[in-house]
Amino acid sequence: MDLSGLLAQLLNGLQYGLLLFLISSGLTLIFGVMGVINLAHGSLFMIGAYAAFVITGWTGALWLALPAALAGGALFGALLERGLFRHFYRREHLDQVLLTFALILLFEEARSALLGNDFHSVAVPALLDFSVPVTPDFAYSAYRLAVLGVCVLAALLMFLGLERTRLGSAVRAAAEKPEMVELLGLDARRIHMAVFALGTALAMLAGALAAPLQSVYPNMGDGFLIISFVVVVVGGVGSVAGAFWGALLIGLVDTLGKAYLPEVAGLAVYVLMAGVLLWRPAGLFAPARG
Amino acid sequence: MLVAGCRGSLLLALAALLVAALPLFASNYHLQLASTALVAAMFALSLQLLVGGAGMVSLGHAAFFGIGAYAIHLLPAGISVALTLPAAMALAAIAALAVGALSLRTRGFFFLMTTLAFGQMLFFVFHDTPLGGGKDGVFITRPALELFGLAWEIPRRQRAAAMLWINLGLLAAMYVGLALLMRTLFGRALLGIRGNEDRMRALGYDTRAVKLAAFVLAGALAGLAGHCQAMTEAFVTPEMLAWHHGAEALLMILLGGLGALHGPILGAFAYVGLGEASTLITERQRLVEGLVILAVVLALPRGLAGIGRGWRR
Repeated sequence: MDLSGLLAQLLNGLQYGLLLFLISSGLTLIFGVMGVINLAHGSLFMIGAYAAFVITGWTGALWLALPAALAGGALFGALLERGLFRHFYRREHLDQVLLTFALILLFEEARSALLGNDFHSVAVPALLDFSVPVTPDFAYSAYRLAVLGVCVLAALLMFLGLERTRLGSAVRAAAEKPEMVELLGLDARRIHMAVFALGTALAMLAGALAAPLQSVYPNMGDGFLIISFVVVVVGGVGSVAGAFWGALLIGLVDTLGKAYLPEVAGLAVYVLMAGVLLWRPAGLFAPARG
Repeated sequence: MLVAGCRGSLLLALAALLVAALPLFASNYHLQLASTALVAAMFALSLQLLVGGAGMVSLGHAAFFGIGAYAIHLLPAGISVALTLPAAMALAAIAALAVGALSLRTRGFFFLMTTLAFGQMLFFVFHDTPLGGGKDGVFITRPALELFGLAWEIPRRQRAAAMLWINLGLLAAMYVGLALLMRTLFGRALLGIRGNEDRMRALGYDTRAVKLAAFVLAGALAGLAGHCQAMTEAFVTPEMLAWHHGAEALLMILLGGLGALHGPILGAFAYVGLGEASTLITERQRLVEGLVILAVVLALPRGLAGIGRGWRR
């Protein structure tokens, strides 16, 4: 394949990886801080995509879907944490797994009852429905570039929030040593709710951003959930930076694999995960254990 | 994990006799339903070895079930069950050895995530490559019921009853085998790992080897269950490998009670019965399943077996 084709695949891979980061960072933070595995995280992505579909259908403007997904996601996440997850932090793994599995089933059933089981497509916003010339003989979709930009912005804001604010440093402390939070006199409940709200908002934002890139369909969260698990395992335990590099790596491997080796591409990310487990079971980007 | 005592074993044997007598009065439809429950019980029982035995929650267990089922499709049509059954278990065991060896380099939730991911990888192999014969599934020729040259020809009308007896016999054998296994040193070591893995390692046990052995055995038994389902229904589909299917087995385990070896059998029958009863009320199976799980994790953390215990207190 030629150079501009390669460039397009690299950009696609980066953009896919950044979307994966939005999903898996929430997953890894929720896991790191609360010790809960949320299988329904992929369903939150699905809800974000369907929210974009519904909002674009009503108003014709995808712009409105992004803040709506963020705000709605934060609120929904806070409610879920408060009403349900809070009671499961100290329960057995099996209970947490089944609780969140039940949420997947219920979310999918609600989706099916409210919006049916059809595939839908969401139009790219008219304002961004053109191609940007990147090199003289290669142009790239403006919407995909915008998604890249929004994801980078979200990632930057998240890093700044985690590094520079009091709540952010409390979250980082909690992710590294959950038992330290209470010892430091921090309000664990507030931190838990904030983390859950953030994770849900990011997953739903990712869903809303992805809606015009692929069709919106039943069980679409499943594939993203599992790839996000691969990201977390490859990237390393409970670290947002690990999720970032892991997501980029997986996004690039998957996209380039599908472009250049389509026969085996479906397996490429799993082979990568197997390699990481053999070489560094704690993850590629895990901080050294002292 | 408790193995049923004298009275419990007697009750289980009575229940088995009742199931064996079903062909005397039940319709073919209900015999097939009972076979579904028996296969589900085998599958959940194989997973209980990991969950109840060693405290390992695997979300990729359905992959081994599916590989056992697809073994019949992959082997030449019409050969003896004496070949397909061991082949199904061996293929599932090999897959479990590969997945287990990698996944057991992690613990806890990371074990869960890696088993889920590898299970899904195997799902894709059968869903998206020509190996599995398509994503909609394929009809298979049932293996011939031949053992040591003795053939058992079943007339079409009696097939449901024959399948029921075969499934019941294999489930009973699996249960007795696991009950005996839990009394051996290996079984004790598994329970010790469930209690405190670090202490077991300090005592000199190679805990990873013990867990891997359990993982491979559980995979082989799941392959046996898958083989039985394929033989009962003469149909295999990639959905057999899907992780939702494995999660259902976890639900059966929790439903029946985590602490007992026979829990998954009760759970499987309760689950299949609930699903069947709910079709009278609603078409929305996922809604029913989701609500049942919520009810169990919120109200009955010790499963159906815990109800009696709660009352007695």
